[in-house]
Amino acid sequence: MRFGVVVFPGSNCDHDAWYALSRNLGHSAEFIWHDSASVGPVDAVILPGGFSYGDYLRCGAIAKFSPVMAAVKSFAAEGGLVLGICNGFQVLVESGLLPGALLRNRELKFVCRPVTVRVETTNTPFTSAARRGQTLTLPVAHGEGCYYADAPLLAALKSEDRVVLRYVDNPNGSLDDIAGICNERRNVMGLMPHPERAADALLGSADGRVILGSMVYSLSAAHA
Amino acid sequence: MSDLTASELDKVRSILKREPNETEVGIFTVMWSEHCSYKSSRLHLKKLPTKSDRVLVGPGENAGIIDIDDGYAIAFKIESHNHPSFIEPFQGAATGVGGILRDIFTMGARPLAVMDALRFGRLDDAASGDRNRRILEGVVSGIAHYGNCFGVPTVGGECVFESCYDGNPLVNVFALGVFRHDEIFFGRATGVGNPVIYVGAKTGRDGIHGASMASSEFTEESKQKRPNVQVGDPFMEKLLLEACLEAMHTGAIVGIQDMGAAGLTCSTCEMGSRAGTGVEIDLALVPKREAGMKPYEIMLSESQERMLLVADKGREDEVFAVFKKWGLDAVTIGRVTDDGMLRVKDGGVVVAEIPNRELADEAPLYDRPHNVAPYRPAPMEAPEIPRSRDLNADLLALVGSGDLCSKRWIWQQYDYMVRTNTLAGPGGDAAIVRIKETDTSVAMSLDGNARYCALSPREGVKLMVAECCRNLSTVGATPVAATNNLNFGNPERPEIMAQIVETIEGMADACTCFETPITGGNVSLYNETLGEAIWPTPVMGIVGLMKTGPPVTIPFKQEGHTVMLLGGLGACDSTRFGGTQYAKVVLDKMWGLPPALDMDYERRVQSAIRQIVTEGHVESAHDLSDGGLAVALAECTVNGVGAAIEIMSELRPEVALFHEGPSRILVSTAVPEAVERIAREHNVEAVRIGVTMKMGLRIDHNSVTLVDFPVDRLRSVWENALEEQLMPQHV
Repeated sequence: MRFGVVVFPGSNCDHDAWYALSRNLGHSAEFIWHDSASVGPVDAVILPGGFSYGDYLRCGAIAKFSPVMAAVKSFAAEGGLVLGICNGFQVLVESGLLPGALLRNRELKFVCRPVTVRVETTNTPFTSAARRGQTLTLPVAHGEGCYYADAPLLAALKSEDRVVLRYVDNPNGSLDDIAGICNERRNVMGLMPHPERAADALLGSADGRVILGSMVYSLSAAHA
Repeated sequence: MSDLTASELDKVRSILKREPNETEVGIFTVMWSEHCSYKSSRLHLKKLPTKSDRVLVGPGENAGIIDIDDGYAIAFKIESHNHPSFIEPFQGAATGVGGILRDIFTMGARPLAVMDALRFGRLDDAASGDRNRRILEGVVSGIAHYGNCFGVPTVGGECVFESCYDGNPLVNVFALGVFRHDEIFFGRATGVGNPVIYVGAKTGRDGIHGASMASSEFTEESKQKRPNVQVGDPFMEKLLLEACLEAMHTGAIVGIQDMGAAGLTCSTCEMGSRAGTGVEIDLALVPKREAGMKPYEIMLSESQERMLLVADKGREDEVFAVFKKWGLDAVTIGRVTDDGMLRVKDGGVVVAEIPNRELADEAPLYDRPHNVAPYRPAPMEAPEIPRSRDLNADLLALVGSGDLCSKRWIWQQYDYMVRTNTLAGPGGDAAIVRIKETDTSVAMSLDGNARYCALSPREGVKLMVAECCRNLSTVGATPVAATNNLNFGNPERPEIMAQIVETIEGMADACTCFETPITGGNVSLYNETLGEAIWPTPVMGIVGLMKTGPPVTIPFKQEGHTVMLLGGLGACDSTRFGGTQYAKVVLDKMWGLPPALDMDYERRVQSAIRQIVTEGHVESAHDLSDGGLAVALAECTVNGVGAAIEIMSELRPEVALFHEGPSRILVSTAVPEAVERIAREHNVEAVRIGVTMKMGLRIDHNSVTLVDFPVDRLRSVWENALEEQLMPQHV
């Protein structure tokens, strides 16, 4: 399996994602520089955490204009798997690949801690190896992770089974405890928690493998 | 304008053999400031041990470097940003983080961890509580802002409240990075004819004279110094990090140094001085943020996120290509010469010409008078210690006090996990960060105890070094090297200078005993506001090495296991009880001397616990420090497993529970015999004091129950105390 990890100049979880995929899970992973016009011959794209272009404006507001995001959009349009983690989720939302908005945390402070999330649907390539209702311990680390959607969008997300993860202990005030969603076609997912920080039991939890491993499983099923 | 004394100015004249001009006076003023030249402390700093088999680079470079085997090394250092953090807490603290990170990556190391030692005035002070809360919130969000965006985990630290920091908070930031031996770079301008290249942010008028501001006391006038505080841009720093490391790998760079205190002045003359060369630059070529800056301003600007590097002549383009990739300015502003001079031109016209070596290394050296007793803020004689009416209430007061309560509110704002190396983050005895490329992990701890040092600088600092090493040993790491931050008042006062000298001498003894040479650090003097000095506040940052593996943590894990006190119950007389947290929180008094330390016994206790932990005989371990046995026990119960404890002791109850005698570590174990055997081998005590149990913490003393609590009550007081103290008072 070939994963591509996008590197914006301010990405700082790019190496963590690369390490989790290549060293903890044993797959091929390569970096994709932010001014690339193509994502290259990869099976899935990860948009990692960090502060894409400094994010002194709204997080991800500048990243949506980067060449690589045009490439990610075409990749997604062809059905490629795209996972946005933390800042990557913010970039997906700003780029219009996922709906809604990520606001400042309700407490107006950065929050870093492990949280418990519940898998709400297994009908995505990112949770296909999970059980519905399964809880995962994953770290969060963000200042702007409070998910917001207007009433019609929230209703659509629910009726279309697109709320993928919900917080059991909501750390940021997200509407309806939403921690992760997917697009209509179900090949693009964004989440605020960091599965790549939970791919090694030595760090306290290996539950992130459920999500990364689901991607591998889905891709191998598709290849088969 | 000049802060040089008359005799210093004479020395300048004799070096130059003429009158200095305005720019030259400015250059000498910052280079010979206390902050840059250590002119009051240098004489005594020489007493510190600085060598061991592991020390690759000692004091004098941007950071110390330690060999960690397998071809890898770590660079680490601590630095203060006290004065700026008082004037503008958010930016002051943020740029403190930025500055120390540059010290690490300018040597070629990738920063792996940051820790912060913070000291503020009391939050519950009627007059200054509001301001102290504001400063704390600003400092914490400044650290979070910078470290989180840069992408370095903030893995620990300490936060202490004393009235002496009311007008003078302390922000000491420690950073540590990792690299291979062959990736080490130095700040040396070698190779005559080589280009001198400026990279990073543009130069503005911010921070001019920051180094000299940090070398004077606070007065009413200081409030006008806000423009002296720099503004940090962590995204720029992140770009600079990546670009510098990548440029270093081209092989085209021969020397590199960050522009920190005293900016372009310090980086040019230090790089030239270390290499024995001259450096010639033209200020007209320096990227500037605003027009019309005078040479004086450009040379003294402390604009952040800038570096100076010297490249191999002819290979500049390789360097420029890397910086262009990262979208950064990189401009050749001069060259290395063979005449040993720092020659500054502005559009071809020479505006300053000073011999590098004299400027960098011939700063005045003062043997400040110190032939008096160190200033003590407390009496020696113990007062009548009243019999406690309610030890339950005393324990609650202690675990809910500012110094001892959980600091989660602070560290939850720091990304302490980024880079996925944090095996043990904030809240433990020591933080542990793995080195992915090897089987080695680095444990680190920051410790200060100004209360002890105020009572006796010499004994206090020994206790601090011992505790810092004990923190590392408790997680199974062997302490190997240290960095120090010396925060004191005005060294021109003999009773303050005496504190400094005693502290350095005590530190030298302890660091020799524990085999933790000092590889660098920082001295911050003139921490006085309106004539009030802070207590002597040395802060130690000590690192230890261990094999990577699951960490041993503080909380009890299962009921029915034996609770043991390695090192024994300890002893304490009334004089030595006067520096304890019990005396502070419950009695609101301070007197006497800090606890007595037997360094040889301490060493044996530490080697015993290292063996016990490494061989896997315990499921929890926690060193005793502030608050003594009872507070340590309370901290072990935060995961919901309590203990029934039975102490048999001659000591009166308050002292038995709360004395702070060192050399003690609390463990829980399923194999007490193994712990006892190892303790015997090291000739130290190991006392069985109880057994873990569900739900409660009960402490009996000579068969009388003194403390009895449900653990969730203790936990909620401990967890919520800081947030409650930070909430606006509803009166």
